[in-house]
Amino acid sequence: MEPRQESVIPASGRDYRSSSQDSMSSVTQRWTVWNCAALLCQTSARILVWLLGLLYFSSLPLGIYLLIMQNTTMGVLMVSLVPVSLLIVMVWQAVGIDGRNQIAMSGPSSGCGFLMSVVVHGDLALSEQEKELNQRLRSLYPAVNEQETPLPRSWSPKDKFSYIGLSQNNLRVHYKGHGKTPKDAASVRATHPIPAACGVYYFEVKIISKGRDGYMGIGLSAQGVNMNRLPGWDKHSYGYHGDDGHSFCSSGTGQPYGPTFTTGDVIGCCVNLINNTCFYTKNGHSLGIAFTDLPSNLYPTVGLQTPGEVVDANFGQHPFVFDIEDYMREWRTKIQAQIDRFPIGEREGEWQAMIQKMVASYLVHHSYCATAEAFAKSTDQAVHEELASIKNRQKIQKLVLSGRMGEAIETTQQLYPSLLERNSDLLFMLKVRQFIEMVNGTDSEVRCLGGRSPKSQDSYPGSPRLFNSPVHKASSSQTYQTSTYYIHKIFFLPAWVKKHLTKMILQKSGLLHQKKNFYTEVEMEVDHFSNGVSESSSNGFLNGSSTHGIDLEELDSAQSKRQLCGGSQAAIERMIQFGRELQSMSEHLRRERGKNSANKKMLKDAFSLLAYSDPWNSPVGYQLDSIQREPVCSTLNSAILETHNLPKQPPLALAVGQAAQCLSLMARTGSGSCAFASVDDYLH
Amino acid sequence: MMACLLEAPLRISVLSEVTATSRHYVDRLFDPDPQNVLQGVIDMKNAVIGNNKQKANLIVLGAVPRLLYLLQQSSSSLELRTECAVVLGSLAMGTENNIKSLVDCHIIPALLQGLLCSDLIFIEACLRCLRTVFISPVTPVQLLYTDPTVIPHLMSLLSRSRHTKEYITQIFAHCCKTPEHQTVLFNHSAIQNIAPLLISPSDKVRMQALKCFSVLAYENTQVSMTLVNVLVDGEQLSQVFVRMMQRDKPIEMQLTAAKCLTYMCRAGAIRTDDNCIILKTLPCLVRMCSKERLLEERVEGAETLAYLMEPDVELQRIASFTDHLVSMLADYFKYPSSVSAITDIKRLDHDLKHAHELRQAAFKLYASLGSNDEDIRKKITETENMMDRIVSGLSESSIKVRLAAVRCLHSLSRSVQQLRTSFHDHAVWKPLMKLLQNAPDEVLVMASSTLCNLLLEFSPSKEPILDSGVIELLCSLTQSDSPALRVNGIWALMNMAFQADQKVKVEIVRALGTEQLFRLLSDPDTNVLMKTLGLLRNLLSTRPHIDQIMSSHGKQIMQAVTLILEGEHSIEVKEQTLCILANIADGNTAKELIMTNDDMLQKIKYYMGHSNVKLQLAATFCISNLIWNEEDDSP
Repeated sequence: MEPRQESVIPASGRDYRSSSQDSMSSVTQRWTVWNCAALLCQTSARILVWLLGLLYFSSLPLGIYLLIMQNTTMGVLMVSLVPVSLLIVMVWQAVGIDGRNQIAMSGPSSGCGFLMSVVVHGDLALSEQEKELNQRLRSLYPAVNEQETPLPRSWSPKDKFSYIGLSQNNLRVHYKGHGKTPKDAASVRATHPIPAACGVYYFEVKIISKGRDGYMGIGLSAQGVNMNRLPGWDKHSYGYHGDDGHSFCSSGTGQPYGPTFTTGDVIGCCVNLINNTCFYTKNGHSLGIAFTDLPSNLYPTVGLQTPGEVVDANFGQHPFVFDIEDYMREWRTKIQAQIDRFPIGEREGEWQAMIQKMVASYLVHHSYCATAEAFAKSTDQAVHEELASIKNRQKIQKLVLSGRMGEAIETTQQLYPSLLERNSDLLFMLKVRQFIEMVNGTDSEVRCLGGRSPKSQDSYPGSPRLFNSPVHKASSSQTYQTSTYYIHKIFFLPAWVKKHLTKMILQKSGLLHQKKNFYTEVEMEVDHFSNGVSESSSNGFLNGSSTHGIDLEELDSAQSKRQLCGGSQAAIERMIQFGRELQSMSEHLRRERGKNSANKKMLKDAFSLLAYSDPWNSPVGYQLDSIQREPVCSTLNSAILETHNLPKQPPLALAVGQAAQCLSLMARTGSGSCAFASVDDYLH
Repeated sequence: MMACLLEAPLRISVLSEVTATSRHYVDRLFDPDPQNVLQGVIDMKNAVIGNNKQKANLIVLGAVPRLLYLLQQSSSSLELRTECAVVLGSLAMGTENNIKSLVDCHIIPALLQGLLCSDLIFIEACLRCLRTVFISPVTPVQLLYTDPTVIPHLMSLLSRSRHTKEYITQIFAHCCKTPEHQTVLFNHSAIQNIAPLLISPSDKVRMQALKCFSVLAYENTQVSMTLVNVLVDGEQLSQVFVRMMQRDKPIEMQLTAAKCLTYMCRAGAIRTDDNCIILKTLPCLVRMCSKERLLEERVEGAETLAYLMEPDVELQRIASFTDHLVSMLADYFKYPSSVSAITDIKRLDHDLKHAHELRQAAFKLYASLGSNDEDIRKKITETENMMDRIVSGLSESSIKVRLAAVRCLHSLSRSVQQLRTSFHDHAVWKPLMKLLQNAPDEVLVMASSTLCNLLLEFSPSKEPILDSGVIELLCSLTQSDSPALRVNGIWALMNMAFQADQKVKVEIVRALGTEQLFRLLSDPDTNVLMKTLGLLRNLLSTRPHIDQIMSSHGKQIMQAVTLILEGEHSIEVKEQTLCILANIADGNTAKELIMTNDDMLQKIKYYMGHSNVKLQLAATFCISNLIWNEEDDSP
């Protein structure tokens, strides 16, 4: 419970969205590691292929030589290598695309160039389909947590009767028994049960061939139901059969339900996990409710009974014939209307007072003191913290948010002397942030050196949009200069970082292009988030007693030549020196308190910034974004509040976190309405 | 009793008090000081809001003409005129009687005149009042069209504000009732003006614009053909309608959008196999029939769906298995339900009011569903108590229900299997015959064509129907003014005569009379002519019958045949006539009538050499009958 809430409560106003920020950083991390791995693989793979090729082509003369030399076993082995490998290739080609995983293994050993290309191509198509599937599942079932409850994506090769054969990535099902009596019926279940958090779940089955008699059943069954039967015949098993169009609800005798179905038809099955019903569709037309009072954790199931029957499943790999989104829209509106019309009854006064209290405490927590004061006055409430204390916190927060970390640390030490001494991890985090701000050129120490007017201190953009304005391209000569400069200067870094960085710098010209593409995508997302947030953060400024005018012109110029540490040599020197201090602090911490992977990663990421000529456009450049100041700010704020015995998190954020927890609890206990009641929808 | 007596004077005094205050309001309208008049009108406005009694009092006391006078007076201040329009609008919100009095005071021309003013707020007040007057069922719609300048002016006001958009489209939607109205609005480019309103940010405006399109497109090919080509914001109109049918949209919007697409489809502007019909409109209309919807919505949904799929068997097939539609419709007959009678009177009243509408809608939809496909008919007759419901529907008091029930019966009577089984089991002919005794023409047409099917040779109901004196009834139908009734009458007789007893044939000839037969043979409607010839052919079958009829009516029949063979008729008619001749030739004595008629033999010879194969065949058939007879006769 703790860690989840932590992610919910970070900073001013932005709180509930930062989880996506987290996911982004992890993606980035993977990206860099992947790069290195790919680099390594590329060279080694090339060498390997060459070696194997050499071995392959020399095997025939070598074999003949060995035979002549009367080394029969090795000779025969060598001679037969070429024909055998060719045979394998031909067999795999006949098998078709299905075997492409195996080809991937046999490919390098056979050393055939064209096969390699086939493999790569096939994998691309596969990943394309995978991507489409993931995308569709995510948009259909956004409330499903796939770590906890994975969605069905294919038929299970394990959970099936032996008369069932699977192909085409376990999506195609064919019958391979005798099909003489109903005793020869065979079923297969999907890999996973349908998660309740789907709200409404849907899959389609296309009848490729009705085979001899077309005794096909499409439906649902629970784990453990006999697979030597068609769906619907047993308890906890439900099916719609093609030969007579009847529905079978845990019984051997069917009820007249819908039309029959045969070759070419597309049959859909929709499970409504809100009212626990199920209906089928035929070629995009709903056939009406088939089953009610369904149990939870059912698996999509198909059953076949006569030879020649072949069906294909669509769990989201392709667009559905039936407009399931439209059906979901109806239920979303229903659930939301239910929430909106939730009866409060006579307790309306109580509710209002509670909500006002929560809002007030939220404002105080984030030290919007003027707003808090005004709100408290108009709603007749008392503020539980002294005004001076709020203002102090506000001051520190403002410094952090404007990137002036040095001053922020200093002020904190002044106002709350023992806080940082006791909490060295927090101090370390602040220092790392200070280092990042130095790189950014916004930290006060660097600013003075950078020769910019120290008076116009605020560089926290009033509107984050500025950050996404087209980035000025540093001239190439300059880039070169700075990058060589790093190579000279990175000696202070530990050996592993050095190695890592050198490699990165050497490769960056080639990789930069890819990264840029990747990054524009991420930046757009960031833009979206920050737009929603800017209001609340600027609120903080407006409330402040001191008036920091935001000098747009100055900001613009800062943007237009974004250079390391503001471009000043002295500042860079200072930054490097600070980096060394930080390194030693980290070592010190490790010695005292043992390893701390979070700290280690934080430092590594921060130092990685120096590896790029243009850190803002690098894979680790997100750290320089002003949004990243907010988690730091909120952690510091929470720490200060804790020393005053005030709650670490505002009750409002707690309530939001609790609501989110409730929803995930609902998902776990199988009530489907949670799918259409996302907390985020109510936080606008 | 005592209490009533005591209370009466009290009530009178209250009433007089109210009248006194009302009089005070009216008196103030005549104040010489315009400022006082304005204040008076404003006070009146506040007094009448939501008070129907007060409204009625003011109207009785003659406030309306004065208010209208003030409104029309250009010397009055704009504010006063606006307030007058607001008060009038408020008065119109009351009962239907209020509206009648307002219309009688010529409020409509006065308000339409007011629209010529340039002030937007005043215009909006006038439009609001006009809207309220026009949406009332008691207002004659024609008043909107009497002055030809009104519609163009309203079109020009359309884009002025959100309110003008809403009110004007609402007026159009309610005042477009006939094809003439549709044409007037169409000619003043209503489509181009209203189409952009479909993507207006205001829900009300969108809804009214949509309603406008549904009334404009109803049974109007010209409008429908124009609509398919209209683009709104780069999107086809049909796509806009499809979006409005999404399940999260208000039900009224879904239903009206489905109506628009239905009308466009029936007018031929959209194909029936278009995805927006098959995958969107049809399922949407089926949803409208579900139990969750209001009774009014279910009625409209079922009627629209019936209209949509009437001509297309594929749509009927799809609808028949969509969402259990056939059994869903059975619910339409369960009003007023026993539950509603117990729980509350209000609901019972509501149910009773809609019960007839629901039943007739369900019958219509069943009729449409079963008009082509045998499997669907079977499914319908297997629905719980279906035949009983139809039988009781045939004798219901509401003519709409009777008509719908007989339509449904007619549609089901196309099934041979049903004719043989359920129709006979439930003796549907009894209420049907009763219905035929006295009914309006539209019911008669349906009932008689159902009777045609019931009189088919294999129908077990044929005998009892014959016994109930149906021949007289059918003969009287053949004398009707309506061609449809004449066809049905003679058609039924034709079916009846097929392989019938001598007795029946004689009875038919007697009841119809040769004079009437001749009249039918010269009927302008080819259908009537064909069926009459068919009747003759059926009458003249099997040798003894031929001889008997020819001996009594031979001369007239030969005359009629000659007449038709000489006249300007289609190939089918002549072929049928030659077949009659062939039948006559089959008789023992009757053949003499041909053999002795040189002219007739010449004609047969002529048709043997005719370019049309069918006629050649019929003539040859005729000759072969003549010859075969002779051989048979000779010893």
